[in-house]
Amino acid sequence: MIDKEEIEDLTQAHEEDFILNVGPQHPSTHGVLRLKIKLQGETVTHIEPHLGYIHRSIEKMCEASSYRNFIYLTSRMDYLSAHMNNQACAMVVEKGLQLEIPKRAKVIRILMSELTRLASHQLWWACTGLDLGATTPFFVGFRDREVILDIFDETCGSRLTMDYNVPGGIMFDIHPNFQKNVHAFLKGFKKNLPEYHQLLTGNVIFQNRTKGVGYLSPEDTISFGCSGPTARGSGVSCDIRKWQPYDGYEDVQFNEVLETAGDCYARYLVRMREMEESVKIIEQLIDNIPEGDFQAKTKAVLKLPKGEFYSRVETARGELGVYLVSDGTSKPYRMKFRSPNFSNLSALREIAVGGKIGDLVANMAMLDLVIPDIDR
Amino acid sequence: MKYIYDFSFLTSKIHNWFLAHCSSGWTILWEMVIVGLCAITLFVVLGLIFVYMERKVAAFMQFRLGPNRVGPKGTLQAVADTVKLLMKEGFTPQAADMFLFNLAPFIVLSVSMLALAPLPFAKGLQIYDINIGVFYISAVSSISVIGILIAGWASNNKYSLLGAMRSGAQIVSYELSAGLSVIAIVAFAGSMSLSDIVESQRTGWWIFKGHIPAVIAFVIFIIAGTAELNRAPFDMAEAESELTGGFHTEYTGMRFAMFFLAEYVNMFVVCAIGATLFLGGWMPLHFGNLSGFNHIMDYVPPFVWFFGKTFFLVWVIMWFRWTFPRLRIDQLLTLEWKYLMPISLVNMIIVAFVVIMKWHF
Amino acid sequence: MKFLIEYIGTIFKSLGSLWNGMRLTLYYFFHPKEIHTQQYPDNRDTLTLGERFRGEVVMPHDENNEHKCTGCTSCELACPNGTIKILYKNVVDETTGKKKKAIDEFVYHLGMCTFCNLCIIACPTDAIKMSHDFEHSTFDRKSLTKILNKPGSKLMKGVE
Repeated sequence: MIDKEEIEDLTQAHEEDFILNVGPQHPSTHGVLRLKIKLQGETVTHIEPHLGYIHRSIEKMCEASSYRNFIYLTSRMDYLSAHMNNQACAMVVEKGLQLEIPKRAKVIRILMSELTRLASHQLWWACTGLDLGATTPFFVGFRDREVILDIFDETCGSRLTMDYNVPGGIMFDIHPNFQKNVHAFLKGFKKNLPEYHQLLTGNVIFQNRTKGVGYLSPEDTISFGCSGPTARGSGVSCDIRKWQPYDGYEDVQFNEVLETAGDCYARYLVRMREMEESVKIIEQLIDNIPEGDFQAKTKAVLKLPKGEFYSRVETARGELGVYLVSDGTSKPYRMKFRSPNFSNLSALREIAVGGKIGDLVANMAMLDLVIPDIDR
Repeated sequence: MKYIYDFSFLTSKIHNWFLAHCSSGWTILWEMVIVGLCAITLFVVLGLIFVYMERKVAAFMQFRLGPNRVGPKGTLQAVADTVKLLMKEGFTPQAADMFLFNLAPFIVLSVSMLALAPLPFAKGLQIYDINIGVFYISAVSSISVIGILIAGWASNNKYSLLGAMRSGAQIVSYELSAGLSVIAIVAFAGSMSLSDIVESQRTGWWIFKGHIPAVIAFVIFIIAGTAELNRAPFDMAEAESELTGGFHTEYTGMRFAMFFLAEYVNMFVVCAIGATLFLGGWMPLHFGNLSGFNHIMDYVPPFVWFFGKTFFLVWVIMWFRWTFPRLRIDQLLTLEWKYLMPISLVNMIIVAFVVIMKWHF
Repeated sequence: MKFLIEYIGTIFKSLGSLWNGMRLTLYYFFHPKEIHTQQYPDNRDTLTLGERFRGEVVMPHDENNEHKCTGCTSCELACPNGTIKILYKNVVDETTGKKKKAIDEFVYHLGMCTFCNLCIIACPTDAIKMSHDFEHSTFDRKSLTKILNKPGSKLMKGVE
């Protein structure tokens, strides 16, 4: 932990301090994150993240829209796990309505979640390569992701922000080609996954760049509220899919991936192995989609009873919590999202101070930040 | 022994024609003008070819198509880019040091052009057959770091300054192992003149004749050469994901294009030296006693051999760039001072031993 | 001595791992069949989009210039961000002679649309649907505000 005295205000910097603004427009901040860093030569001695450059007040906009509508705004938070965001919001409404959704909808939701997770991790892998200066991984990652996006396109009608969840299930039934295409994707991806390791994991330069860089202790992980692969890389078991299974994750066999090293390489390995676990989950479910309705019957205008509702899902970056206060009308009284990236970003100072500028970039890549999710 | 292609009669003919028409002073002046024009033309053409080649090589390694819109198969893409850069505003930041900011690209470009002088393109086709050619190139190529440092400092930008400082540390340290690996070949050939070194490879290239020490020296030369070029995986000075653009963050238009061109010219020079020292320069490929094969190879013009070898090395360096992640600055220096430098020192002792015992062919 | 063996071992291991990566790029360099590029503007004719693909909201008209929109504003209410606005006019029914409310303009702000498909689902008469046209870029923002019903169009008979 950083001592209170060490945290100083960078606005009162001394003249001899070398202050560098990384962002809001910077190639490796993946968006409009602004980091004010203090340098001692190449060594980073202080980091101060400045947020708010892409604040769109999604929480407030949700309070102005009905229970059916607000789900679609949340795709724009963590756009790489748009499906999971929607799922969390649909789940919170279903909780309020005490609606049991059909088994088929649950299975399709899990399938889509895992495909989204795969696509997100592939994009992360691609961008990690780019952040560390290798360009070819970018195209290898995107090549495989494209196949998933085509599957989404066919079934959901959209590629990135799929908007596939509605309160009570999913919007349409799966496309007739869905199972065939997923099988084809799995076959291709299993063939391509060794290439990922060949190109980056085994590379001595990559290992030197990530091993022992950005150590985050389990205690700090918990105190910063980190979740997802960031926390699991430090050995903190926090997979919501295991601890509080939702939408039928309890019936699926998979392992929670844990690494104990706590450095960038461990976080990298967690994500790489999570991809294999996702493939496992998809393989279990793809041929066993139960027959039945894909959507529970709901009223035209949804009204939640008075009260507070909370749901949590495991997105590709960690735990997303949706907290909803209802006053009994057709619109939420208060919405609050506990977004994984905001908590993960708070650990950046802990892990990147003392490293070089190159380490800062590697750390940001391994935290896998999506800036719109931080600001919302 | 005579060569099938000998260009010395051509150069001497031009020289004599000038001597017959004007005084010796004017002759040298006119010859310098011709050589300068040839060099500039060569480098502009090489720059265009390299840009196109780099983009195509990168594309094929990343299963893309690369440029394919401008001209047949995108061959005019580099020309279009150059025109675009020419049309752009040459922007100078208000707080920059105006004079140095504008001077830096010229230093960098002219230094890389200077290194062309002692390169033998073919028998008799050499601008200046200086007897310390290798030494001259090592000396001249060190100056380019000054241009980069000036560019970084005069931009008055923190990213540029960091990039320039990185580049300074990098080029100064990698020059050592590059120089030491070159010295291995100088020891083998017994001369510092590049034309003599090429001549000494008549019976076989040094990478074959010099046993393992020559191979080690070659590998170190390629690594150190890549580092001196500021190319990935050693592109610390630019490092676009860390420093946005490094030392040329603030440069636009033609001044940026000059840095860009200088990078490719440097790449050509480094690869040409590598080809000359290790791969026999313009010498054709000969295999021991296969006289029929050797005779056919003799008919391939020498500059085809020279450019073929150079372009092969350029391709290898591009291959590095499109495969590897970037090193961190301290790892970069660790690689030099803890690995390349001791290895090349030990290698040099082995070379000296081999030369004294006359174990090489 | 042990240090020296480790030192040389590291070098060979590193070179091996680097070669491992270079093998992959070399493979792709010499296998142009692996190229994945889609030459987009050229392959417009062969481009296949999923049947559910959401390009933009359109209102299909039949050959008599008739549409199915009754103006019930279900879509307007369902839209999360106010993309759709329906304006009314009064028309005289030819058979009964009574005055009747009908849509004047179905205004669709493409620039605000998030393509969430909610309006299509909400529509009780299937009057609107998503088209496959995705090339929306324009130089004038005004052209993104579209009126979906064609001029002079009427409500289809039998749709209430």
